[in-house]
Amino acid sequence: MAKKKFVVGCFDNEDVLFPAVKKVRTTGYKIKDVFTPFAVHGLDHALGMRETSLHTAGFIYGITGTTTALSCISWIFTKDWPLDIGGKPHFALPAWIPIMFELTVLFAAVGMVLTFCYLCQLAPFVKKHHFHLRATDDLFVMVIECTENTNTEDLKAFLTNNGAIETDVQMAEEGWWIGRYDKDEVLFEGATA
Amino acid sequence: MASIRQSFEIPGKMKTWSFALMGIGIVALIAGFVTKGMSKDHHEQDIFLGTLMYNTIFWTLVCNASMFFLCVTTMAWGGWQQSFRRIPEAISTMVPIFGAITLVVLLYVAFSGSHIYHWTDTVAVANDPILKGKSGFLNIKFFTIWTVLAIVLWSFLGWRMRKLSAQADEAAMDGETGAKFILSNTVRAATFLVWFGLTVGSTVPWLWMMSIDAHWYSTMYSWYNFASTFVAGMSLVALWVIYLKNKGYLEYTNQEHLHDVGKFMFAFSVFWTYLWFSQYMLIWYSNQPEETIYFKHRVQGPYKGIFFLNLIINFICPLLILMKRSAKRNYTLVTFMAVLIIFGHWIDYYQQIMGSISKEHVTMGWLDFGILSLFVGMMIFGVSKALASKPLIPKYHPFLKESIVHHT
Repeated sequence: MAKKKFVVGCFDNEDVLFPAVKKVRTTGYKIKDVFTPFAVHGLDHALGMRETSLHTAGFIYGITGTTTALSCISWIFTKDWPLDIGGKPHFALPAWIPIMFELTVLFAAVGMVLTFCYLCQLAPFVKKHHFHLRATDDLFVMVIECTENTNTEDLKAFLTNNGAIETDVQMAEEGWWIGRYDKDEVLFEGATA
Repeated sequence: MASIRQSFEIPGKMKTWSFALMGIGIVALIAGFVTKGMSKDHHEQDIFLGTLMYNTIFWTLVCNASMFFLCVTTMAWGGWQQSFRRIPEAISTMVPIFGAITLVVLLYVAFSGSHIYHWTDTVAVANDPILKGKSGFLNIKFFTIWTVLAIVLWSFLGWRMRKLSAQADEAAMDGETGAKFILSNTVRAATFLVWFGLTVGSTVPWLWMMSIDAHWYSTMYSWYNFASTFVAGMSLVALWVIYLKNKGYLEYTNQEHLHDVGKFMFAFSVFWTYLWFSQYMLIWYSNQPEETIYFKHRVQGPYKGIFFLNLIINFICPLLILMKRSAKRNYTLVTFMAVLIIFGHWIDYYQQIMGSISKEHVTMGWLDFGILSLFVGMMIFGVSKALASKPLIPKYHPFLKESIVHHT
């Protein structure tokens, strides 16, 4: 995992953030991500991100759950251990539907949580680089990926002109790798990486 | 604000269509009256009355559901529905009209000594311990008072909501008048909802429909019917939104709003199925004759096809087709699904009422579709009239901006 250079601009207002995102993108800079304290409606659209496929995965997990439940119960109650319950047919579909439903929900929920964690690169013991700690509190943090042609000073000035209250340049690991970030350097004063 | 089109002009074609549908309906009504209604055979008479019953009840409750939608979103302080709120308002203007027709039909059924409401037969009730036990609820006096009260109050409380909404056309509101306006909206919406809960949410479907099977009961029944009419009502709202969008009205309404309406259509289809299943499964599982009697001829008898078609149209289709985000934002798909859902719940009402009146054979035929076309024609005519009489966008509503910038 290579370290990369990023220019970080911090905004304290949604109303400033949206035009800034638009400006930065039209000027040709590549926004890696915008970290916000809460879900901002329409930001993913403004960033031009592709729609997540998490729900497709969820549908597949759900179908898997339904199929698992149906095949298990029907095998058990018709082939493996048929029981006479109140004179009902062995293949008693209405009675199984609650279980099929529950397993659908269980598979979909657990599967989606795990997939979500994988996609967001979240796991126990994995440390991730924080571009700004206040992104979890009250700042909207825009992270722009640098190339060899990027003039960081120009970019910082550009962000300030567009309403950023704080800008800086940071070197950070982009991906994730269990155990790698423990040795991360302290990137700015007062921060504990 | 200058460029928005505020007044809806009824296209000539729409008028022609609504008159044509009403014409077909009236011909069917008269033909039905002559061939079935005046027949010496009680069974034929019941079929005629039953057909009128399920159509009138269905359309009244569907139109009433749009006022329920407005009140619920008002109570939740929702902003997103403001840009198209005149559509549910216009649909709810049909409640007094359809309600009056329902009242006439129901009172006729109750007072004419027809066989549909077995509990109106005093001799039979006197010798029947079950019906005797229910006679505190199932008696003509209570039926009449409650039916009149329900319809009058739906109309009146809905009218108060619409009247208040007209204030949003008059003059700009400052913070204080705006807050007052929202508060009185909330209060009026709450009043409507309490009455809605006491009627559609509980007693009215028991009284009007479930009492046809006088011995049978299900506590799920009313909620089931509420879900049925609400999802059909949301589909109706979606159809009108799409129609007006296609004609170039409702500039502030876009896919985002349609997406949310689509979510209601999807979610309440699932909710309806949940209630359908809860009602069916408990009865199937406990397998007691006095309960299974309701499902006997529906699941194993002549209504088998319609009973399962109902489940396919109202559950499987919305579940699979409306699940995707892009489907709920696609005008063509939502139109298709809205028509399908309205038709599906109309079928649902058909099997609930006619399945109890005509147990031996399915009566679906020209009369059903004729009466349906009568009501669709009246609905198109009435709603377009109501839309044309008011500005389409409540331009001074305090929450309108929230609706304009709405994102899902």
